[in-house]
Amino acid sequence: MLDRRETIVADLADLLPPGCLVSDVRGLVPFETDAFIAYRRVPLAVALPETTAQVAAVLKYCSRYGIPVVPRGAGTSLSGGAIPQEDAVVIGLSKMTRILDIDFPNRTATVEAGVTNISISEAVMPEGFFYAPDPSSQLACTIGGNIGMNSGGAHCLKYGVTTNNLLGVKMVLFDGTIIELGGKALDAAGYDLLGLVCGSEGQLGIVTEATVRLLARPEGARPVLFGFSSSEEAGACVAEVIGSGIIPVAIEFMDKPAIGICEAFAKAGYPMDVEALLIVEVEGSEAEMDATLASIIDIARRHGVTTIRESQSATEAALIWKGRKSAFGATGRIADYICMDGTVPLSKLSEVLRKTGEIAARYGLRVANVFHAGDGNMHPLILYNINDPEDAARAEAAGNDILKLCVDAGGCLTGEHGVGIEKRDLMLHQFTQADLNQQMAARAAFDPQWIMNPSKVFPLEGRPTA
Amino acid sequence: MQTSFAPAQLADPQIATSEQILRKCVHCGFCTATCPTYVTLGNELDSPRGRIYLIKDMLENDRPADEEVVTHIDRCLSCLSCMTTCPSGVNYMHLVDHARVHIEKTYERPLGDRLVRAVLAAVLPYPGRFRLALKAAGLGRPFAGLLKRIGPLKPFGTMLDLAPSKVAPASIADTPGTHRVDGLKRGRVAILSGCAQPVLRPEINEATLRLLARLGVEVVVPENAGCCGALVHHMGREEQALEAARRMVDAWLKVKVDGGLDAVIITASGCGTTIKDYGHMLRLDPDYAEKAAEVSALARDITEYLSGLELPVLEKRALTVAYHSACSMQHGQKITMAPKVLLSNAGFTVRDPGEGHLCCGSAGTYNILQPEISTTLKARKIRNIEATKADIIATGNIGCITQIATGTAMPILHTVELLDWAYGGPKPALLETRD
Repeated sequence: MLDRRETIVADLADLLPPGCLVSDVRGLVPFETDAFIAYRRVPLAVALPETTAQVAAVLKYCSRYGIPVVPRGAGTSLSGGAIPQEDAVVIGLSKMTRILDIDFPNRTATVEAGVTNISISEAVMPEGFFYAPDPSSQLACTIGGNIGMNSGGAHCLKYGVTTNNLLGVKMVLFDGTIIELGGKALDAAGYDLLGLVCGSEGQLGIVTEATVRLLARPEGARPVLFGFSSSEEAGACVAEVIGSGIIPVAIEFMDKPAIGICEAFAKAGYPMDVEALLIVEVEGSEAEMDATLASIIDIARRHGVTTIRESQSATEAALIWKGRKSAFGATGRIADYICMDGTVPLSKLSEVLRKTGEIAARYGLRVANVFHAGDGNMHPLILYNINDPEDAARAEAAGNDILKLCVDAGGCLTGEHGVGIEKRDLMLHQFTQADLNQQMAARAAFDPQWIMNPSKVFPLEGRPTA
Repeated sequence: MQTSFAPAQLADPQIATSEQILRKCVHCGFCTATCPTYVTLGNELDSPRGRIYLIKDMLENDRPADEEVVTHIDRCLSCLSCMTTCPSGVNYMHLVDHARVHIEKTYERPLGDRLVRAVLAAVLPYPGRFRLALKAAGLGRPFAGLLKRIGPLKPFGTMLDLAPSKVAPASIADTPGTHRVDGLKRGRVAILSGCAQPVLRPEINEATLRLLARLGVEVVVPENAGCCGALVHHMGREEQALEAARRMVDAWLKVKVDGGLDAVIITASGCGTTIKDYGHMLRLDPDYAEKAAEVSALARDITEYLSGLELPVLEKRALTVAYHSACSMQHGQKITMAPKVLLSNAGFTVRDPGEGHLCCGSAGTYNILQPEISTTLKARKIRNIEATKADIIATGNIGCITQIATGTAMPILHTVELLDWAYGGPKPALLETRD
């Protein structure tokens, strides 16, 4: 493949407008990774198409010559979903950023795949609507990437993740065929292929347009800070809130190291004298918020809450969320990190938190926990020094142990970041080979050549031999 | 982020500083979203994260700059929007400054580019030369279209477009001396007369002198001052920039010795960002490191300084102001509320244009060196400003004033001109025709 590099680059240049192809050896280096920086590979070329037709032309060409393709949105993946391989053409959707249609009567928005998550909400905010899934990287991450990873976010506890808010896509298949799945309605006829595509990590095709649900903004929303003197108490409080039937719009957890990191960036006024903090957001009318909050406060008191602080203004509320949503990036102030994404049953939250701490201690590493507690989606950040190969190896091993712990507790490897390259080799801890074979058969039905983001998701061993 | 520098490389203090900056970046990509060039071009290489990576690769491999790297670094506006967004605290400013110096030292630009840059560096920082050049531009204006059709000469055509039709004579605000106050003296400050601003809009510093005099603040226009060095600093001309910085440090500290100094007042936020960074720029100069840090600590934007004087709250007047926050104000100096509070207290109704974090495309000499991107950003900025339906525009940087004025009929003034008017000064000439 690499021997044919010059020919491939010349051919791609014919398929794309000027300024839409990166082939210079210097220019390719910045595309070697995404937000999972532990792993890096410089691609063969980067195509930045402006239209679905151009995406189709590039895919058709690549499939004809068996060239692997890696789709890329904003490159914010924490599992390495957009990390290339040396023989691959990256197809970046960053030039496809148009909002095509906003349909308030049907409460839908149709956008190109490179539109950032937050842009959708910003575009409909003046009319009182929003797009619900809100990954912490929503400022930068694209809707195409969100679909690839079935991304979640803080407010997904109440509103569901990407798959629950996606109505239709336009997608280019491996050979350049353009198909449409779903539409503007809540139900589509036939197989729920949209459900299959959402979360398929760019292996079934490249989504170029998406139609998503818009929701009406609540009357009011109020994040409240609950401080605890131990992570276990905070975890148990979360389990009891959810267990009692209350679904706040968000329950976010931060332990002491995470609080320090976030406060340093956002200056949100998080209590610094607690061991663990829950950000619980309630919404609705004033009376509704007061009533929900009263029930949650009762439960929190039973679990030894030491601080309760309500945000007093929209500015304060915004800062509370800014701090939380910047947690991973802000960690860069003190160390390199890898971010885990395991999900566990709420009844096991306290236990898994304790054991996570024990695993980190065993490897001599620090860990900061900041995550979506309401749906048990944990994000231990393992802090290490990436310039020290031994430290990096320890961090990776600790990460593997923590993810296995989540699976063994009845949870799963990934709540919202995707398998990518990071968790690929742990898939056999979660699934049997028979499970994986069936998943790979479904994948092969869309991409018989295995050219679409091929090195991700499935362990390299045990793949069908083409 | 992982870095790989040999110990010998890290012995170079510039490299050591940049390595520490790179180590903070976790490649999260948040910065891409608020970068004007990424938003416009949609290529990671034209985003902060892409540029950081290009710079890292170039410095790690101790390689001269090449065309690909230079293209994407040149497209950076140095608006520093990325630094406001970055949760990790990456000092992109110091990194890209280092890269620009490295480019200047190791890369030979094409002849036309070199010529344009040499002319800019030889004219803009010198008010006398700049005034002459603008007068000549009046004669040259008919040739702007022609110049713009000749590739390498295009920037000269753009310069002619940007040149004002009337050139003001030298102003009292540029003449060295002390503007004493009658009655109770509340403070003593030095002012930056600057280079391009007094030629393009002498009214700004004149308004500053009047307002401060009424408020009881003695203002010194120092001897032997001039350009603060920002313009050449952004072009990577390190020696010329440091020379300017040393000259300014000497000029202002002489004012201190002569009679005390509460603050160095700056009325162009682009200059303010650089002056507040003198401490860093001259940190390796044993003779100046301490003095430069002292000047940086004394530097205040005029709105920052006025905020400390507790001006009275005035009655509302029927004039709505769209406040355009210059990048150097909001990102470079993190001054966001002060100008708006001052305007509001002075009786103006203040509106924030949408996408306020995005640059107007002025960015020092950027509108001359990168006219296409600059023009796109200008149009976007003006759309957002005009959507506020305000009567006038206020901002705190001469570059933005010149840039925005060429694209809208709305009058654009410096914040201090409006404040001077509100607190007893003359009505700004630009507003004379309006009620």
